[in-house]
Amino acid sequence: MSEITSLTLTELVKNIKEKKLSSTEITKAFVERSQKSKELNTYITEDFSSAIEKAKKFDDKPNFDLKLPGIPIAVKDLFCTNGVRTTAGSKILNNFIPTYESTVTQNIWQQGAILLGKLNCDEFAMGSSNETSFFGNVQNPIDKNLVPGGSSGGSASALAANLTPVTIGTDTGGSIRQPASFTGTVGLKPTYGSCSRYGIVAFASSLDQAGPMSKNVKDCALLLEVMSSYDKKDSTSIDFNRSKYSLELNNNIKGKKIGIPKEYRVDDMPIEIEELWKKGIEHVKECGAELVDISLPHTNYALPTYYIVAPAEASSNLARYDGVKYGFRSHGENLIDMYEKTRSEGFGDEVKRRIMIGTYVLSSGYYDAYYLKAQKVRRLIKKDFDVVFNQVDAILTPSTPSSAFKIGEKTNDPISMYLNDIFTVPINLAGLPGISIPAGLDKNDYPLGLQIIGKAFDEQNILNIAYSIEEKINFKNKITDWWIK
Amino acid sequence: MTIDLKTIKHISRLSCISLEDEKAQKLAGDLNSIFKFIEKLNELKIEDVEPLTSIAETTLKFRTDEVKSDNIREKILKNSPSDNEDFFVVPKVVE
Repeated sequence: MSEITSLTLTELVKNIKEKKLSSTEITKAFVERSQKSKELNTYITEDFSSAIEKAKKFDDKPNFDLKLPGIPIAVKDLFCTNGVRTTAGSKILNNFIPTYESTVTQNIWQQGAILLGKLNCDEFAMGSSNETSFFGNVQNPIDKNLVPGGSSGGSASALAANLTPVTIGTDTGGSIRQPASFTGTVGLKPTYGSCSRYGIVAFASSLDQAGPMSKNVKDCALLLEVMSSYDKKDSTSIDFNRSKYSLELNNNIKGKKIGIPKEYRVDDMPIEIEELWKKGIEHVKECGAELVDISLPHTNYALPTYYIVAPAEASSNLARYDGVKYGFRSHGENLIDMYEKTRSEGFGDEVKRRIMIGTYVLSSGYYDAYYLKAQKVRRLIKKDFDVVFNQVDAILTPSTPSSAFKIGEKTNDPISMYLNDIFTVPINLAGLPGISIPAGLDKNDYPLGLQIIGKAFDEQNILNIAYSIEEKINFKNKITDWWIK
Repeated sequence: MTIDLKTIKHISRLSCISLEDEKAQKLAGDLNSIFKFIEKLNELKIEDVEPLTSIAETTLKFRTDEVKSDNIREKILKNSPSDNEDFFVVPKVVE
């Protein structure tokens, strides 16, 4: 048998059920590899000894009916975990220990999974390179000094480096799909309302969704099946008939209509990505799908809309960090002075920038000019998709306009950083599901991803399309373990 | 439209984030380039478009109004930077 840590989730579950491997053996293997991989800086908080204890407990009294029996999983540090520090990558939550559990993590523990630790991310999920984290940069296992993408950068890196068999992230404008694309892994953003937001540190409430990240599509389907549930504690959670994604996964996409949007052919997109897209189109054709040229005319307005809506919601959500009830507090002469110093010292530059943008667009006299206008354009963007989905079953695009870039390359230019999310942001604005799958390598052997966008609640369909493309591509990540001495 | 230092100071006040002059200057630059980028939306005619306020567009569910009395004072105060057992403590507000 190959090394435990390189097995997929599905293989690990099978081995546990057939009693070929114990939860303790598996957990110890991931812990040991994680301990040797500190240079990647993927973990903010390790929970290793407690994980091994839980694994032993599982082995003493195993329950093989569970979907994730005794499987160790590390999660993005944006999910509140009862009794385990949760920082959101921020100094302001550096000492925060939740007294409750997020619904999504609760769902995975209930199916037998075991917490390995909390993974690095951009501060409050605001970033596309994991460089805004208070806890430092994360290395992409693909190459030294390469960003893993963001905001779920620690999750993507830990997954690609085999420090966790699967992981969960959150996606507000591309924060699951872009890092998945940068690390040669699979990442899915579900339909808005599919996974509960209860207990997830909020960034932009009308856009945030939790989702699975994995090494292949089958694992992704299984993890989504466990994560997704209707939850009374989240008023935007939607009560719909959820598919048994892993059981109903199949590669029959014959006759499916797949749209190719002309607006995603952006200027100065590297030729390699153009080629990759063409290859993807060929693959779905070979599988019997029908290609349809489509137009999403408001695509170019998605990023400007996002950079009004997301900061506006963030400025409101982050008002709660005032140094009174929890988190970091600075000393002030009086109450207002304490608030201002706490927030000035507790938040990093990108978070402050976005709070300021959000405050400005919501301030008296500017609401109509910015926020209201953005909400109107958001309607147009959603309508684009509504119209197109009358003709097609899914849409195929590249996941990102480039492969991973070097640490520090884009930190001084916010706009060029924001442009990373050009293909992923429209999907959040429209509340739709999207999946990124690894589809090829560029000239540096850096991974490139393809994105499949589906109708609302049609995760099964995009998983099936991803599954059939995955089979054709047979992607292999080139990782040398350079960080292990 | 440009965002000047005075506006930055005003937003900083509203956001309860103190700013040194040097940082304010840099932030003004950043914000101006971001708002220039956002101005692209002015190309669109949107007078007759309904704003999209919630993507789910479902009506919120009602629940029964139940009284729950969990004793969670300790839990709530557990992470507070300063408390005196029963209350959060903040700098003096009233003289």
